Amino acid sequence: MMKIAVLIKQVPGSESPLSIADSNVWLDEEKVAYIMNESDNYALEEALLLKEGTQDCEVVVVSLGPERVKKIIREGLAKGADRGMHLNINSNDVTDPLSIAKIFADALKSENFDLILSGLQSDDLGHGQTGIIIGELLKMSTGSLAVSTKLDGDQIAIKQEMEAGFFQNVRMSLPASITIQSGLNTPRYPSLKGIMGAKKKEIKTLDIDSSDQKLKISKLYLPSSSNEITMIDGSPDQIVENLVKVFKSEIKI
Amino acid sequence: MNILVVLEDNNGAIHRMSLEAIVAAQKISSKLKSEITVLAMGRNAEALALEASKYELNEILKINSSSLYSYSSDGYATAIEQIILEQDFKYVFFGHTYQVRDYVPKISAKLMRPFLADNIKMSISSGSIEFTKQTFNAKLLADIQTSDSGLYLVSFQSASFSSDNLKPGYSKIKKIDITIDETQIKNTYDEPFQESAGGVDLTSADIIVSVGRGIGEADNISIAKDLALALGGQLSSSRPVVDAGWLSPDHQVGSSGQSVSPKLYLALGISGAIQHVVGMKGSKNIVAINKDPEAPIFEIANYGIVGDIFEIVPKLIESLK
Ligand SMILES: Cc1cc2nc3c(=O)[nH]c(=O)nc-3n(C[C@H](O)[C@H](O)[C@H](O)COP(=O)(O)OP(=O)(O)OC[C@H]3O[C@@H](n4cnc5c(N)ncnc54)[C@H](O)[C@@H]3O)c2cc1C
Ligand SMILES: Nc1ncnc2c1ncn2[C@@H]1O[C@H](COP(=O)(O)O)[C@@H](O)[C@H]1O
Repeated sequence: MMKIAVLIKQVPGSESPLSIADSNVWLDEEKVAYIMNESDNYALEEALLLKEGTQDCEVVVVSLGPERVKKIIREGLAKGADRGMHLNINSNDVTDPLSIAKIFADALKSENFDLILSGLQSDDLGHGQTGIIIGELLKMSTGSLAVSTKLDGDQIAIKQEMEAGFFQNVRMSLPASITIQSGLNTPRYPSLKGIMGAKKKEIKTLDIDSSDQKLKISKLYLPSSSNEITMIDGSPDQIVENLVKVFKSEIKI
Repeated sequence: MNILVVLEDNNGAIHRMSLEAIVAAQKISSKLKSEITVLAMGRNAEALALEASKYELNEILKINSSSLYSYSSDGYATAIEQIILEQDFKYVFFGHTYQVRDYVPKISAKLMRPFLADNIKMSISSGSIEFTKQTFNAKLLADIQTSDSGLYLVSFQSASFSSDNLKPGYSKIKKIDITIDETQIKNTYDEPFQESAGGVDLTSADIIVSVGRGIGEADNISIAKDLALALGGQLSSSRPVVDAGWLSPDHQVGSSGQSVSPKLYLALGISGAIQHVVGMKGSKNIVAINKDPEAPIFEIANYGIVGDIFEIVPKLIESLK
């Protein structure tokens, strides 16, 4: 059987308020509107498509975080993943990418996944490295920034995005850990049947100790802008009037 | 306390972002009393080393190994791991390029030492460096503290340091030999290629109206199109708009799209993430309309409007007619 793990992270949505907690090192989570990390959603869709094109294939969604992350695990199950793993951690200040990856590698090792898919970057911490470290720790092949994937027996071929509009085809043998770039498919929405069916699917919880961290956020803050910007304000009509003036007399178009 | 800077090859020249990493190293080396070593490897190691010899550095290491002539993440990670293990470095600096994203996490795993990626600033506090990176899609900054005296791998975001500030000098090149076990190279790579260009050429446009995720849905694209028409400009977008299939890929501006420098860049519902900004910050005038007063786009815009595009744009089209 082909076994695929997809790492899905719960992060603030792009329009969520981000108010900084009194500790000054993390957000006031009460106010955050969480969603599944964007590129992880594409990674999950890619796994579900691979499953549909492969006989006997299991997709497992895995998330590390406090109790709240079960919501996106259930969302993954509702979309068609077979089971979930919740790496349960009480604190929300695990921010060291190496210790995060180590936690995943330890938890996933005994499962012997053929393929681990993850997003290329989390929208909160943005380390851009978790999937590759896990792959290396588990002695798998690794590939990054995949904009397409193709399974071929015990190999996988990816089209990897490079700098300045270039791409490169990369081929590697399984097991492999691959990070997914957004846009390579069209993520599905869970169906009503899927949502009902998800309730019967297993979510295994592992309790995690997060003491081994070499990096910590010492301060989280709003960027202070040194930018000379002219704000145009007022009612929408005034704004439009002034903007047209700017177009004509300042920018001269 | 020594610093190693790894050079990336850009067709025989040192990658601009590696030069910026050298500037970062030069900036702090005197304060930390550290020496700077740079590493040149790959097919063009010789040319990179020669170019680096014009700068103020302590030593240039040049690896000649045919196993590194073409890039592989395993080959590069193994080679750099060996160099790090032989010498006593405290920091290894990189530019945060696509290649660095691909292989540096592997070095982190091999050495079990952290990789602080994509920093925009650094400052010295009690003998070690504190790094600053963007988090939450550039909406917040985080100062990152390191907790022990071991080695840290560090990369810097594009343009965090300016290569205009490179200190010239004369540095010696030392050849070193390493052996790479080619059976450890797991991937096979084809030649890089470019996708055939699409029909939309944004690079010569004078006026660009660009839409982001704030446009909400495919059907709303038409108001941006109408505005582009009214202004006599081109329509472009951020990545999520292309990812969602609302516009074709040739509309995308940013690190994985086109780079533009029009007279007017009007950003509608674009937050201003770095990967977008690198593609449009050269515009003469940036006007941003965003309903979030704290959107990072306002840090680079010349004119800002805090408001709803659906209230403003239709009126703007009316008044331009
Ligand atoms: C390796 C890599 C490469 C990438 N390459 C690119 C690239 O080439 N180009 C690119 O653009 N991105 C690229 N990205 C993605 C980038 O990081 C951001 O995710 C993306 O630019 C965000 O797009 P956005 O601003 O449209 O969306 P969001 O960040 O979601 O912002 C939407 C904005 O719209 C505003 N808004 C919402 N509704 C309204 C309204 N009614 N009126 C006014 N404002 C409103 C919101 O306040 C918000 O600021 C890349 C990422 C990576 C990791
Ligand atoms: N706490 C987490 N839970 C689930 N997946 C994660 C977590 N942290 C990182 N990942 C995965 O690793 C990818 C890259 O994250 P990062 O290295 O933080 O940018 C994300 O897109 C996820 O797929």
